[in-house]
Amino acid sequence: MGLKSWIEAPAARVAGSNRSVANLVRGAVTRLTTPLLPDDYLHLVNPLWSARELRGRIVEVRPETADSATLVIKPGWGFDFDYQPGQYIGIGIPVEGRWHWRSYSLTSAPNVDHRLISITVKAMPEGFLSSHLVTGVPSGTVVRLAAPTGNFALPEPPPEKILFLTAGSGITPVMSMLRTMDRRGDLPDVVHVHSAPTEDAVMFADELERLSAAHPSLRCHVRHTRSQGKFELASLDEVCPDWRERQTWACGPLAMLDEIEQTWEREGIAPRLHLERFAVSRADLSGAGGTVTFGRAGKAVEADGATTLLEAGEKAGVLMPFGCRMGICQTCVVPLASGHAVDLRNGKEHSEGERIQTCISAAAGDCTLDV
Amino acid sequence: MAITDINEFAHLTDNDIEALGRELDEIRRDVEESRGHRDARYIRRVIRLQRSLELGGRAVLFGSRRRPAWVAGTAMLSLAKIIENMELGHNVMHGQWDWMNDPEIHSTTWEWDQTGPSEHWKRAHNYSHHTYTNIVGMDDDVGFGILRMTRDEKWRPINLLQPVANVILAAGFEWGIALHDLKAQKVLEGVDPMQWNSAPNKEFAIKIARQVGKDFVLFPALTGRAWKHTLTANATANLVRNLWAYAVIFCGHFPDGAEKFTAEQFETETRAQWYLRQMLGSANIDAGPVMGFLTGNLSYQIEHHLFPDLPSNRYPEMAVRVRALCDKYDLPYTTGPLSRQYLLALRTIHKLALPDRLLKRTSHDAPETSSERKFDATGSRIGEALRVDPDTGRRRGLLSALRAHADARVQRRRAGRRPAEVI
Repeated sequence: MGLKSWIEAPAARVAGSNRSVANLVRGAVTRLTTPLLPDDYLHLVNPLWSARELRGRIVEVRPETADSATLVIKPGWGFDFDYQPGQYIGIGIPVEGRWHWRSYSLTSAPNVDHRLISITVKAMPEGFLSSHLVTGVPSGTVVRLAAPTGNFALPEPPPEKILFLTAGSGITPVMSMLRTMDRRGDLPDVVHVHSAPTEDAVMFADELERLSAAHPSLRCHVRHTRSQGKFELASLDEVCPDWRERQTWACGPLAMLDEIEQTWEREGIAPRLHLERFAVSRADLSGAGGTVTFGRAGKAVEADGATTLLEAGEKAGVLMPFGCRMGICQTCVVPLASGHAVDLRNGKEHSEGERIQTCISAAAGDCTLDV
Repeated sequence: MAITDINEFAHLTDNDIEALGRELDEIRRDVEESRGHRDARYIRRVIRLQRSLELGGRAVLFGSRRRPAWVAGTAMLSLAKIIENMELGHNVMHGQWDWMNDPEIHSTTWEWDQTGPSEHWKRAHNYSHHTYTNIVGMDDDVGFGILRMTRDEKWRPINLLQPVANVILAAGFEWGIALHDLKAQKVLEGVDPMQWNSAPNKEFAIKIARQVGKDFVLFPALTGRAWKHTLTANATANLVRNLWAYAVIFCGHFPDGAEKFTAEQFETETRAQWYLRQMLGSANIDAGPVMGFLTGNLSYQIEHHLFPDLPSNRYPEMAVRVRALCDKYDLPYTTGPLSRQYLLALRTIHKLALPDRLLKRTSHDAPETSSERKFDATGSRIGEALRVDPDTGRRRGLLSALRAHADARVQRRRAGRRPAEVI
């Protein structure tokens, strides 16, 4: 280990570790602030002065439609603005003292916008957090962020011919792509077919119009499904006759994406299709359990709704951390990498990104533990 | 022997204990349901206060060559370390704030300002101590393997040094705990205790280097000519914190009335009996809000042992309900002022340094350890038929039996002293 990495070592896990000067200072000062990081003191002054965890502050909440809003966020230290258009970020929002994590597509274009980013959220009828974001979150709220990620992204340079197929809030990642190409002044041949129930429900309607007017190479087909009916893939030949030759990005409801996937496979052009499925998985609270996958151990086991995850893991031969087996000692806590679990003592639901006590939790549908 | 049959000792039937368990579960559920914004704000404020005090203290200590600055800086730093240790470290690592889903205030990520690594401590404390609370031979916190705190443990000549060991343990409490946890960690990982480069040893060494480096090398060096003063200030702050933590822990577990149990009792224990064991094994300190805060709310040791993972700021309200339950089931609720609780613990430490033949009471009926058989001697056990007071309709149980037992002892003693009068 070189001197530089030795000095940096205590701060190695903070965000933006590639910024070596900041981390050199951080690592050096950590010798004085141990067991904390200098950031733990700095964010007392300004909550954004921390790269121990990516943070951001909501600076504007802008309504888009009746049930959707754009949140403009100013990220704190360590955030990498060099993301790819189409990628999503994880965002943690405090509600009643508890942090809730969700992922949303970035709608902003990378590397511009004065070091601000934006996401656009549509309130889902059963999604309490999305409703909270659209109607309840005040400007100034400090949020946690996870670094931008995802393969649903526009390559650089973009292909010459593009087809976007979107519906509802599926337009959000595509909006980031359109804005990026617009800002660069280089918008290739793009056909965009977007569906929304009514005229009022079309997110970014004005901007789509403005972009179409400014770029003759962009053709937008917006469909109001309640009056005009669902957009049938069969009619693609009329709207965009050369769709088979285009690189296609599709994002929307799962049924729509499945249909598109099948069509592209049938036509033998699946490699040209890019899909983003961001339907939120719901917890299965029927008590039927599910398949529990142990990510690091590479094992999986079926567990019913009464079997604790600890028991399930031990049966599958996974080396599980364990302690009191009655929910008091927190020795068995592991991160829930995906899916849902339920606390057997009080029926409380836990979802992806939370750390759970395996000795008193059972699977609520399929889930993956990071152990 | 310590308690082998908790039902008989507590004068409760299986049904009584199940009912008591349900009532305690209800307290737990009510607090879980009502955790929210107010609690989150509380812990964040405590964190802010602690870090501000620490920063302030360190800053003032730059002028530590002047006596008032030394005193003020040391006081602030001591206070910061106490809060960091008790209300923050201890409680966060119990998972009391895990419900917030905040990765920075979480039992799995918190590291504290003490010699021993958090990981080791969590294992020994959260798991061993809180699961096997006060079971002689299973809970190493009964005397921390250094002190003999119950007559169930055989006296050895080394126990004569107990008064000295106690002072050393108090002054170097963080080191005592760290070594105790290290040993537990090695047992857990199954490494040879003599292997010097084992993983637990390495973790321990790294943590020591950081802690000692910070308090005794880097900060003194930074203050230049005032280095000696900074060094003594840091040492004093650590000492103050150690003494305080030691006192609080000892008041929570070793005053008279905090019962010990046998492994036999544990083997057949139900969840509700586990609750009862926590109640009977712990002792509270009478404390107002400020004292409560400085003890990390461990002045509510009984509530803490019943609900170790519920937020500490809620213990006062839980205490009201737990106390009412003790009343209802006629169980003792062991509490007293800090000075009294500590003196009782101190008395036990000094008394049990002596061999049993110099001690009067038996391990069934001693101030620091008793069992269900203590009542046999005086016949003060409340019989099944007398469990309900015919006049008031109130339950008569352990508390009444303990009172009757004490009265009977007093009468016997008087009878012994003045036989003629009694006859």
